Amino acid sequence: MILYLSEFLGIAVFDSSGKKVGTVSEVAAQPNTHPPRVSKVLLRNGKGAAGRSVAWSEIDSIEPDRIRLLVCEDALAAPSSDESFLMLRKDLLDQQIIDVHGRKVVRVNDLLLEKRTGAEGLELLLSAVDIGLRGAVRRLLHGTVPKAWLRQLESNVKQNIIPWEFVDLIESDPRRQVKLHISHKVLTKLHPADLADIVEELAPKERQALFIALDDVTVAEALSEVQPKLRASILESLGIHRAADVVEEMQPDAAADLLAGLPEETTTELLQGMNSEEAAEIGELLEHAENSAGGLMTTEYVALPHTADAASARNLLRSIPDLPEHFNTLFLVDEGGVLMGSVTLARLIVAAEGQILSDLKSEPVLYVSQESPERDVIDLVDKYNLLTLAVVDNERRLVGAVTVDDVISVLTKKG
Amino acid sequence: MNFLRRWKAHIIIFFAVIGPGFITANVDNDSGGIYTYSLAGARYGYALLWTLVPVTFVLIVVQEMSARLGAVTGKGLADLIREEFGFRITFVMMLALTVTNLANVMAEFAGVASSMEIFGVSKYLSVPVAASLVWLLVVKGTYKSVEKVFLFACSFYICYVISGVWAKPDWLLAAKSTIIPTVRFELGYLTMFVGIIGATVAPWMQFYLQSAIVEKGVEQKQYAQSKVEVIVGCVAAVVVAFFITVACAATLHAVGRRDIADAADAAVALRPLAGEWATWLFAGGLLNASVFAASILPLATAYTVCEGLGFEAGVNKKFREAPIFYWLYTLLIGLGAGLILIPGMPLVRVSYLSQVANGFLLPFVLVFMLILSNRSDLMGRLTISKGYNFVAIGTVVFLVVLTLVLLALQVMGMA
Repeated sequence: MILYLSEFLGIAVFDSSGKKVGTVSEVAAQPNTHPPRVSKVLLRNGKGAAGRSVAWSEIDSIEPDRIRLLVCEDALAAPSSDESFLMLRKDLLDQQIIDVHGRKVVRVNDLLLEKRTGAEGLELLLSAVDIGLRGAVRRLLHGTVPKAWLRQLESNVKQNIIPWEFVDLIESDPRRQVKLHISHKVLTKLHPADLADIVEELAPKERQALFIALDDVTVAEALSEVQPKLRASILESLGIHRAADVVEEMQPDAAADLLAGLPEETTTELLQGMNSEEAAEIGELLEHAENSAGGLMTTEYVALPHTADAASARNLLRSIPDLPEHFNTLFLVDEGGVLMGSVTLARLIVAAEGQILSDLKSEPVLYVSQESPERDVIDLVDKYNLLTLAVVDNERRLVGAVTVDDVISVLTKKG
Repeated sequence: MNFLRRWKAHIIIFFAVIGPGFITANVDNDSGGIYTYSLAGARYGYALLWTLVPVTFVLIVVQEMSARLGAVTGKGLADLIREEFGFRITFVMMLALTVTNLANVMAEFAGVASSMEIFGVSKYLSVPVAASLVWLLVVKGTYKSVEKVFLFACSFYICYVISGVWAKPDWLLAAKSTIIPTVRFELGYLTMFVGIIGATVAPWMQFYLQSAIVEKGVEQKQYAQSKVEVIVGCVAAVVVAFFITVACAATLHAVGRRDIADAADAAVALRPLAGEWATWLFAGGLLNASVFAASILPLATAYTVCEGLGFEAGVNKKFREAPIFYWLYTLLIGLGAGLILIPGMPLVRVSYLSQVANGFLLPFVLVFMLILSNRSDLMGRLTISKGYNFVAIGTVVFLVVLTLVLLALQVMGMA
């Protein structure tokens, strides 16, 4: 049977002698069971006396309008504040949660509690969260109109509930987050862009707590997608140590963009906290003006000798554990690292085994200098419908690549 | 050198946060406000100028509380009310706010109608055009562009400063009357006094300011700058009020033209005294103020209601993403403008009613704000201090009492 928290709160509680001991004022659930199981009910006594706490084992039966206890009033404990319980009214009702399935932040109108008889007897489980109009109507009218009318009215309104498994709790206190066993693990499965949208909806403290709990890779990916003005404050809130770990996990170009927006001292501190290879790479990217090809490029690309054949190129690619993001173009260089051309992935795949790479290259050979303004990059990418464009230094040596997603970002920022 | 650099940084941060506080304070000088100040000048000359000092104080205290709540919690006022006081209270409050603000929107469009009639434009043309412009601005704009337009609108208040100077007032007397309070125990004088202070703080402003601070992304760190911005904005708004009063004191009061029916009437009355230009400046200022307020009010309402009841909201979202937000916004403008166009609609009475509605709602909003600002679990280290709390409570009590007195006077006056 399903009970609604809004209606469960306020129902009368009678002890073993049949005496009314109070009404339900709060419901505490064990957060480490899935779904959370109600383990305590707090009572309010109408006479203004201190409330009581009823352990689950002390409950005899739960009916829609009353709870009967197995013990008498004197045996009930005084309520204690224990932060490791999930307080359904205080922590959930009217608060925001993350709807993992719908990928957005929503507000809780009501909670659905499932009453069932399991292996250990009577159980009350938190089965779902009501975020729809039906819950709103119930909250508004409950107690003011007869229950039958309310049910009739409710049935005309669309129900919108989220099963508990798709709910992610928002808690702004990191310590309580641990106590409540909130890991946010479900969020790591979201696309970074969706996670970024969710993060933007949250208040700063909640955001901070969320990022503290998530792993470095997830934070790094989400951070690249978050609005630029939020990035700096998020990074700062993580503390310099953790921030350095996160930046290390980011794509070098995204990391450089991020650091370019921070105060100089913070950037230096962050780079010092990172492993030297990554730091050097980002440091180099930071040298370039933000709106030049060099500022736009990433240093993660794949370049092969132009004399290699298709079969060895394919073998080589298979052996690279971590191909660059959006990998779609292979660059060809000579012994001195000078750019000789580029081969699209599609052409490499369909090429015969022994074909030499330089025969597969796209014509004309296109590139920009690292000092070129980003306008030139956009024009070339647009004119030749490129996915990736090579960036070279003054001696035409390959130094990086601009991918089309970066170009789109520039364009949307301008537009 | 270092000192200079630090100052530069301060100024840059200041401009990054400028917007919400400045806009909110200025929009307070809407058609109702302009009428109140004009009437004060026409009836009592310079005698009531001193009230602007307490007005500034009250405005700063109340707005500062909003800015603080927004910057610290990262949540809107409606969000906080929902989370701390539950669904039913929030629903009733949102309903009251919507009705009140609809009356306010009507009053603003009445201001558009009457000011454009001075320029010889029929209200059947001016009101629909203004309504469409206002609607387009927000639906097609982004937060940044909307804010820029609003800030630009703020600069138009200079109209009143110019006409104030043009009226060649007795500066010495004006300065003296501002500093030295004069109290007359006449019903009319006291009513006017209460009216000026009551017109200062409207319930919707608190919701708007806090949401705007949140959407702008002002955080605890920038709160100090935000506070400065709020103070500067409030002072600027009061300076405008000063010039309106002075302009009417130097002209209308001097020749004994003591009664004006609305703000446009004041503009017309200026014509024989200060010339055609003064009338146009006054009417232009009124038009600007009315359009300005008419674009913020529906927006603020839509924001607040969606926030409190848990619908998606924000000018950065598209129509599809936040349908209820945009529908509510559209309906408020459509109804507000449409009702004004009904032949025989008593415009002056509408304006009166909107003030009465504001008065009913204001005490509740202020009390909620006070309770929230005092919650240390919510506000952390920026919980308002004992001394400041004393000032805030004093201000709120003062405002509530005055508002109730004003309400009583208005109801008596209308009976």
